[in-house]
Amino acid sequence: MNPGSELRILRTEALGELFSRLTASGHRLLAPVRRDGRVEFAEVSSPQEVALDYIQTTTSAKAAVFPRYEPLLRFRLRGKAADVQELPPDTRPTVLFGVHPCDAASLATLKAVFTWDSPDPYFETRLQQLTVVGLSCTRGDAYCFCTSVGGAPGDTRGSDVLLTPLDDDRFLVEILTEKGRTLAGAAPQLFAPANGEQKENRLAKITPRFGVEQVTSRLPKLFDRTEVWVEQSLRCLGCGACAFVCPTCSCFDIQDERQRYDSVRLRCWDSCGFKLFTLHASGHNPRARQSERWRQRVMHKFSYQPERLGVLGCVGCGRCSRACPVDMNLAEHVQALAEMSV
Amino acid sequence: MTVANPYAPYPMRITRVTEEAPGVRTLRLEFVDPQVAERFTFKAGQFGEYSVFGEGESTFCIASPPTRKGYIECTFRQMGRVTTALADRDEGDIIGFRGPYGNIFPIEDWHGKNLLFIAGGIALPPMRCVIWNCLDLRDRYGDISILYGARTVADLVYKHELAEWGSRSDVKLTTTVDPGGQTPDWKGQVGFVPTILEQLAPSSANTIAIVCGPPIMIKLTMPVLAKLGFTPDAIYTTLENRMKCGVGKCGRCNVGKVYVCKDGPVFTLAQLNTLPAEY
Repeated sequence: MNPGSELRILRTEALGELFSRLTASGHRLLAPVRRDGRVEFAEVSSPQEVALDYIQTTTSAKAAVFPRYEPLLRFRLRGKAADVQELPPDTRPTVLFGVHPCDAASLATLKAVFTWDSPDPYFETRLQQLTVVGLSCTRGDAYCFCTSVGGAPGDTRGSDVLLTPLDDDRFLVEILTEKGRTLAGAAPQLFAPANGEQKENRLAKITPRFGVEQVTSRLPKLFDRTEVWVEQSLRCLGCGACAFVCPTCSCFDIQDERQRYDSVRLRCWDSCGFKLFTLHASGHNPRARQSERWRQRVMHKFSYQPERLGVLGCVGCGRCSRACPVDMNLAEHVQALAEMSV
Repeated sequence: MTVANPYAPYPMRITRVTEEAPGVRTLRLEFVDPQVAERFTFKAGQFGEYSVFGEGESTFCIASPPTRKGYIECTFRQMGRVTTALADRDEGDIIGFRGPYGNIFPIEDWHGKNLLFIAGGIALPPMRCVIWNCLDLRDRYGDISILYGARTVADLVYKHELAEWGSRSDVKLTTTVDPGGQTPDWKGQVGFVPTILEQLAPSSANTIAIVCGPPIMIKLTMPVLAKLGFTPDAIYTTLENRMKCGVGKCGRCNVGKVYVCKDGPVFTLAQLNTLPAEY
């Protein structure tokens, strides 16, 4: 248990009342929803829509703070002239409900990228308006490796409130932050005092596969081992699915989309796995080979970001490996790197 | 909005268009808002994001020196969607600009030193800013030498300024074109930049070398400079990695742990030697 946290009991049947209170006070509720055989985060209004028994959503929850595409500016074109309109950040208060600890932890990585040097009002406004209600994992699968990268199935980092299902009827509630207290304060009668309930025996067992320290210390020495990167990426298609589903991948593109006289400048997700990502106008490409782009992906997450921004670029959610059409498994590859002699 | 939107461009009016070479133009730009013009400052080596509304943004250095007030210039080759739209703009048209971004050439640390500028093709623009900056403060520097090469005579940019530098007694200018790129009346050298540099054999004593050009030129020029006795911390270049945001977020310009848009674009060879060769 988190020492500073307040413990409560919330009955599952009380979620309806909690959701009503939150939506009545103007909150947007994002929660896992089962659709077409997948579970994804979507806007909901009642607990009946929510699937809390999921192991992992296909795409991550990062869209809550960093949408797939986000309009920044609007241009109304008049010949070669234009009226430029700045599009303000989204200020709706949002509750991200039922997100697993890996996704909650990813918010710290995203924040580090978007704020390390200069402010980003789009990201920061969304993050300020976001309350995270985490959900401990009672089950994992072979792709989960949070415990190898500093996480845990009951990790509280990034959550304002963490729920752990005690049985079918009750959650143990850890209220972790001021935002969490505000959320519980919206319906205080729903949060009963806890009576010595423990979450530990409810949590999934995820066996660590490697140590972060082993990886980060070895990677700089492995950079020039071209054969390693070529072998690991031989079957990589460069499709970018791994980055698309990743909770910490934050590279983006900025594009103008125009329909006749109306144009929007937007930013959208991009990936270092794409050849076009770094291609110069001259035709020169600093990372021309897929193996170099795979190396960039691994180095960036496990070496460059920790060194530069002090955050690991991976939370062990395993989505990239579940989504990969050619079954490349990040945890397996990173484990191999961690065990390689240098 | 409480925080200024880092992605909003300032409108700038094109006040002069100069045809430099086939497909290469220079735009002179002035801020539409006089208050923005008043507080805008930059230093040699910095770059910006230039927008055509409805088409997108492109990254170019500021090619004019900070010693020339009231305007900035950019020089670009028409290659893709944005530069094609830029090439379609005339004097009087409005485009967008955000910047200045990135670090600078430390020209104040170079006082009293000789400067050797080596440029290839469309990479003269980032250097032109430094050259004019130093020429406008001429008495602070020792000898100033410029070696500039292009594929063909037609591809040399800033032809009028090359003529001016060539006629100045306080500048030593050498121009060259690739073999086959010369015209019958060409008076300059014929040969690739590294070859001509080796023939010129400039002294490395108390001298800073500034090198900008296509990757192949840089790669082949560095060993020549080393042979001439230039140490890695006396050689400067600017990286041309692709960028989108310009403010250290989009990840596109990353070379190892370095953000070219924040830590660069100006690097010494000593700094480049510590990075992966992904530029």
